[in-house]
Amino acid sequence: MSELNVSSSPHPPSAAQQAEIAAHRKRYDELKAAGQGAAPRALPQPTPRGSAAIAPAAVIHREHVPGGWYWTTRLDRGDALRIINTDGASCVSIQAWNRADTSERLNHADTVKVQWAASLRKGRVILSDMGRVFFGIIEDTSGAHDTLVGGSTAADFGGSFHRNTRDNFILAAGKLGLDVRDVHPCVSFFAPVSVGADGRFKWDAARRQAGDFVDLRAEMELLVALSNCPHPLDPSPAGESDAVEIIRYRTEPGSGDICRAASAEAARAFENNAFFLAQAATER
Amino acid sequence: MNTVPNAQSRRVILDAEVPARTPWSAIIRRGHTLRIVDTCGQQAVDTLFYNAHAPQERYSGQDTLRAQGSAYVGIGTRLVSNAGRTMLYVSADSCGLHDTSAGACSCESNTVRFGHHTRYEHACRENFIIEAAKHGLTKRDIVPNLNFFMNVPIDPSGDFTVVDGVSKPGDYVELTAEMDVLCLISNCPQINNPCNGFFPTPVQVTIFAPE
Repeated sequence: MSELNVSSSPHPPSAAQQAEIAAHRKRYDELKAAGQGAAPRALPQPTPRGSAAIAPAAVIHREHVPGGWYWTTRLDRGDALRIINTDGASCVSIQAWNRADTSERLNHADTVKVQWAASLRKGRVILSDMGRVFFGIIEDTSGAHDTLVGGSTAADFGGSFHRNTRDNFILAAGKLGLDVRDVHPCVSFFAPVSVGADGRFKWDAARRQAGDFVDLRAEMELLVALSNCPHPLDPSPAGESDAVEIIRYRTEPGSGDICRAASAEAARAFENNAFFLAQAATER
Repeated sequence: MNTVPNAQSRRVILDAEVPARTPWSAIIRRGHTLRIVDTCGQQAVDTLFYNAHAPQERYSGQDTLRAQGSAYVGIGTRLVSNAGRTMLYVSADSCGLHDTSAGACSCESNTVRFGHHTRYEHACRENFIIEAAKHGLTKRDIVPNLNFFMNVPIDPSGDFTVVDGVSKPGDYVELTAEMDVLCLISNCPQINNPCNGFFPTPVQVTIFAPE
C-alpha cells in the first residue's frame, strides 16, 4: 500500500521524499506499537464498586440531577466530579470549556485519536481541541462509555416535545453565557457502545450496573455542562424519574498522576497544560 | 483512472484543483452535487458543511453516525446537521471508506500525538480557520469534521487507528446537497501518519448542477 503513490500517482515523490516518507512511517509505527501495546496494558484496573469513598471534608457540593435534566458547574483545577449511576439505567453526557477562553472546548475526536482508543476508562484523559488535558479519569468502576455516537436530539422524537441532550446543552450553554455555536460533540458516560466487525454500533446492557461511578478530575479551570438523558442507542431507556447523583469534591495533590503516567501522549498533553498554567500565573 | 458516471449529463458550475496542503471553500446549492477526486490516491480531504443561510446549523459527525447506526461513511450516508436535518447525502463513491470520528489535525494535537517538535508544521485546523474567516466564521465554529478517503478502523475492543488509505488515484466521492451549504475543505497536510501516505497531494473538486 505504501508504494501506491510511487507507482501510479501523477505526482510521485522523489527519491529524497521517499526517504522522508519511510522515516515518518517508521516513527508512526513505533508510536502505534507503544500506544496500542505497552500503554493500555499498563492502565490501572477499574475501581472496585463500593470502594474509593470520598472524605466528607473534601465534598464541595452534591447535586441530584433528575432524569431528562441538565446541570452546569464551574470547576477549579484539582476539583473532581463523581458521577454516580445510582440505579444503573442512566446515561450522563458532558460538555466542557476552558473558563478563561471558551473557544477551547472538549474534543472527543482528539481524545480518541490521540490515545489510539475509542474506549475511555480509569487512567485515560479527556482532551481539549488545544492539545491540553481537561479531565483525567481518576476513578471508574464502569469503563462502558461512548465517545462516538453523542446524545439524543429533538429529531429523535419526531417533533413531539421530549427532553433531550441536544436541547439540554443549548440551555446549559445559555446559562453559562455561551450559545449554540459553543455546543460541541459530547462524551457519554454509562453508555456501553462498541463497534462490531461489520461497523454497526452495538449496545451491551450487561456492562452497566447500579452504583457505577466515574470521577473526572479537572486539570484546568473549566465550565461544565452535564445532561442526564437516555442514550439514543439504549433499547430500554430509563424513565424521567431516574436521577443521577453528582459530587463535586476537592482531590488530593497527585491524584491525576495515574493519568499523566498512562502514556507518552498523555504526558505531552500534561506538558502543554503546564505551559498554559505557567503563562496564566505570570499574567496574574 | 476511474470514469465518472453521468458526467456528460450535468452542467459544471465550478471545477478546481485544490493544491496539496491548502484550503478551499464554496457554496453548494440545494440539488447540486460536489465531486471530490483523490487525484493521486491515499489523500485525506477534511471537510465541513454549514447551512449557508444560518451557519449555526452545521455538520455533526455524531448525529450522522447515530442516524445510520454504523461507524463509517459510505454510499447512501446522510450527512446530518446538529439540528438533525440531512444536509447532503453520499450519492456516489468509488472508494468505500471514509471517516468522521477522527477530526482534523491541528498544531496543538500534533504535539500530543507526535511530539513537541511538530508544533510548527502546517495542519488542517490552520486551513479551516483561514477559510472559515472568509465567511465570517471563527475557530469557535470549527467542529469535528468528515475525512474523505481516510481509513480509521475502530475495532470491537475500542482500538482506534489511522491506517493506510485504500483510495486509488482517481477515486472519487460525490455529495448531493439537500439544502444550500457552505463547504470548507482542508486538503490535509499531515506527514506524520498514513492518512496521506505521508506525502500530501492535490485533489480535484467539481460542482455539478443537474441539466
